[in-house]
Amino acid sequence: MNGLRVALQWHRPGFALNAEFNLPARGITALFGPSGSGKTTLLRCIAGLEGAASGRIDIEGACWQDTARGIFVPTHRRRLGYVFQDAALMDHLTVQGNLDYGYARAPAGERWLTPAQAVEWTGIGHLLARRTQGLSGGERSRVAMARALATSPRLLLMDEPLAALDTAAKADILPYLERLQRELAIPMVYVSHAMDEVARLADHMVYLEQGRTLAAGPLREILTRTDLPLAHTDDASTMIDAQVVGHDAGYHLALLDFNGQRLQVADTGLQQGAAVRVRILARDVSLSRAPPENTSILNVFPATITKLKHHSPAQVLVGLDAAGIPLLARITRKSWDGLGLALGQHVYAQVKSVALLQ
Amino acid sequence: MLRKAQARRHPSPLPFRVTMDTTPIWITLRLAAVSTLILLMLGTPLAWWLARTRAWIKTPIEAVVALPLVLPPTVLGFYLLIALGPDGWLGATWLALGGASLAFSFTGLVIGSVLYSLPFVVQPLQNAFESQGARPLEAAATLGAAPFDRFITVAVPLARRGFITATTLGFAHTVGEFGVVLMIGGNIPGKTQVLSIAIYDHVETLEYAQAHGLSIGLLAFSFAILFMLALMNRRHARRAVA
Repeated sequence: MNGLRVALQWHRPGFALNAEFNLPARGITALFGPSGSGKTTLLRCIAGLEGAASGRIDIEGACWQDTARGIFVPTHRRRLGYVFQDAALMDHLTVQGNLDYGYARAPAGERWLTPAQAVEWTGIGHLLARRTQGLSGGERSRVAMARALATSPRLLLMDEPLAALDTAAKADILPYLERLQRELAIPMVYVSHAMDEVARLADHMVYLEQGRTLAAGPLREILTRTDLPLAHTDDASTMIDAQVVGHDAGYHLALLDFNGQRLQVADTGLQQGAAVRVRILARDVSLSRAPPENTSILNVFPATITKLKHHSPAQVLVGLDAAGIPLLARITRKSWDGLGLALGQHVYAQVKSVALLQ
Repeated sequence: MLRKAQARRHPSPLPFRVTMDTTPIWITLRLAAVSTLILLMLGTPLAWWLARTRAWIKTPIEAVVALPLVLPPTVLGFYLLIALGPDGWLGATWLALGGASLAFSFTGLVIGSVLYSLPFVVQPLQNAFESQGARPLEAAATLGAAPFDRFITVAVPLARRGFITATTLGFAHTVGEFGVVLMIGGNIPGKTQVLSIAIYDHVETLEYAQAHGLSIGLLAFSFAILFMLALMNRRHARRAVA
């Protein structure tokens, strides 16, 4: 079995964690949920930092924990990288010392990354000789990421590495995380409660609420499941991975393609052929039964209604299938009835705004 | 008559020109060095355990460790004398194992000093370990460090200030003790007569000049130690801020 398989229980007075999910062998999985839902605890259980957790953890065929068989591999032999929320750098060592600490302890035969490569991946070359106390929040986060990578982990766990940073510092680090997401061939678990981070970085999602994993799967699928709370929040949305196929120089637009459908977005200097990710909010999608004419909206594509869910007394949430991509539209109940919409019906989805994420 | 006797003994008008027997100084330094070394070896694991355990026994053990802070040294010395004497359980066992008598010996002094100075070593170390929190060790574990490795490479360096304080206080306190060593060491010149007892002895026999010389030395030594400690703490604090 490839990837990570987790089935864990953990109890504390007033709180019970009951998590069960499988993750693919590569890509970033967002561990998402409201605060207090047990995200950090679950991450700590996977890392073996909570000794009282019971259950099973298997990774790439190796068993890290199986309470039924009395197996509990201690943290220091779990071959994982852990990025703590507060970075947890070793203040008695330099930045280089922090990187070497984990590298030196990784079994020589299992190393796939050197400290020099980890430095290059995170862009911290200018910090190596520094002591850790003087670093800024953003620098600490990057050093923590580099240090975790330098252990050549089989699994990378990140606990809200951006939570303590301001917007500018976040913007500096996100490109490095995106590169990890594209190029690292190990599973990564990323705890977050910020949907904009998740939308940019994650391929998969585990949704946690009150200690229970309510859903796990590909990000788009989880985000558009109308039976989950996510689709009913104000920033309910879907993600589309598209490719830049052309430019409209005159109007300064870029032309994107996904599964044969076209999207036009403001051109921010996108390279021809580049892979981009866009986000479409449910509240920015409206529906019409006929191809709309005389409209200012550029992005219109045919779709099929697949789901209907009441959102509020006034509004409904409509699940759509647009060229194989799940999409959400939030419209009034009056419009639904007025247009005579029904499940299975073909409609045109008009997208008022598309946010470019990468 | 007394004054005459003094004048006869010390013809020089300057008290510090008097020739002094330096043996008590060397015995004291040796005792302090050996005791401090043993204190660090015993105190470090004890402080580590106290800092990390949640067992109920932690509190009573902390109280026992702190006892020498409040007990009159003579009480500790009295019980040690009983325990270490040839009929005491420790002394008897030691004799049965082929050792020499513990009471009134240098070894006995070391045992007494270790017990007497224990809180001065254990408490700074325990504070230093406790203030680190669990996080640095958890980070080290995720970086592949086994428990003993984590202790040596993370907990000890982070507790550096605690070790400096513990070593200095342990050493200085041993140098300055009196009651315990008098009870179990007696006053055997060249063997168990340490500085503080030599001073007492000089005063008893009205050799004020010699008492002066040793006392001034001890005073200067104690001040220097505490001053250095404060200096090191200040420098450390400044670097942590920078």
